[in-house]
Amino acid sequence: MEKKLYEKIVMNHKPKEHRLRNALISFFIGGIVGVIGEVLLELYTYYLNISSSDAAVFMMVTLIFLASLFTALGFFDKWVNFARCGLIIPITGFAHSMTSAAIEFRREGFVTGLGANIFKLAGTVILYGIVSAYIFGIIRYFILGGI
Amino acid sequence: MTNKYNNVYLESVSTVVGPYEHNGPLNRRFDRYYDNLYMHEDSFENAEIHLMSESIDILLDKINKQKKDIDLFIAGDLQNQITASCYSALKINKPFLGVYSACASNVEALIIASQLIDAKRVRNSLVSVSSHNMVSERQFRNPTEYGAPKPNSATFTATGGASAFLTKEKKDIKIESSTIGRVIDMEQNDPNNMGACMAAAAADTIYRHLKDLKRTSDYYDLIVTGDLGKYGKDILIEYMQKEYQIDLSKNYNDCGIILYDTKEQKEVQAGGSGPVCSALVVYGDIIPKMKNKEIRKVLYVATGALFNSTMVFQKMNILSIAHAISLEVSE
Repeated sequence: MEKKLYEKIVMNHKPKEHRLRNALISFFIGGIVGVIGEVLLELYTYYLNISSSDAAVFMMVTLIFLASLFTALGFFDKWVNFARCGLIIPITGFAHSMTSAAIEFRREGFVTGLGANIFKLAGTVILYGIVSAYIFGIIRYFILGGI
Repeated sequence: MTNKYNNVYLESVSTVVGPYEHNGPLNRRFDRYYDNLYMHEDSFENAEIHLMSESIDILLDKINKQKKDIDLFIAGDLQNQITASCYSALKINKPFLGVYSACASNVEALIIASQLIDAKRVRNSLVSVSSHNMVSERQFRNPTEYGAPKPNSATFTATGGASAFLTKEKKDIKIESSTIGRVIDMEQNDPNNMGACMAAAAADTIYRHLKDLKRTSDYYDLIVTGDLGKYGKDILIEYMQKEYQIDLSKNYNDCGIILYDTKEQKEVQAGGSGPVCSALVVYGDIIPKMKNKEIRKVLYVATGALFNSTMVFQKMNILSIAHAISLEVSE
């Protein structure tokens, strides 16, 4: 069988992805998540009378809670499917990946299922997040002298 | 390998489907549907077993037979180590053969049953197949509640169970001949474009079937492939024309596109897939049309992508296979 001819036909019939449209949707939705975060940050600093670094932690916990709750309620996957990286890149995506894995594997038991698989998707983010934090920390130490 | 059969008949068929299939264009053609993917069970895996077992119960009711009348049970599905078939076989308590050639499993099972009936080794055989969207999602892809988008060429695993009863006694529909497929490697490795992986296997099997029996494609009123989806369908038509000079543009369609309305049901993307996809369309739509004598000769070519998620991550090519079976209205 003719592999080159076949590959050519396959390429001809490959459907186009709407890259620009997807990028714009992600940009705007990601921006909206950022705005919500900023509003929460301001509200927490103002009403709870705490430092902005404490308020940032509160804000992240709120976003993680909402993303996990909406995933558990079963509609957040549809939002993510529409907004794509707009909801995957912010902390909402991290929460979504862990909650969805937890829901998925609960039937196989708390240890062998949920415990063993909750980091199935998020594990990559944690590992390479920590590794790159170390690398950039070291670079920063030598270039900026640890400031 | 192409064989002709003299005394193998298809007595009756049954189908049970999930909500997406019920909302598709064939919604009234299925024997039973569920509007929820759990089918009153506590896990998706059990739901799939429920679908297969229920399709068997419905079939036995239709032909007024009991489990003790079955000589041989052959079944296949997509669950790891085809467990849905095994748990269904436990309820039947009859000699059982489990088969696997991914989404081509149904035709593989029909071929084995036909061979044994033709050779007079068994009087009849029950053939079942099932798949469940959520079981496949978690097995081959991401957790089911994870919403990462898929490219447009991805297909959607059908949810359902389907069964057929084959016998040596003369009935309306005859199993006329079959062709066992070869494993094909066209150096495709995108699990989100299965149509492109499997179209080559379908082309090889259709070509060899027609050549072995000295037939042309217009011998058949309808040629259907299992689950190539809309892009795989176009690839097959163009490749058959260019490589073998066989024209499929008139009497060919794909079950993955017939099962769903790809314009209205956006979630299915390029169309349906899974072993039950072709079985639902052939049993739900094509067999009734043959019983009404609207169409008389059908070539049913089920296509399967042979891979697992480990091999894909190890950058191995996705292999494919297609088995063909010819159904005719008996005179």
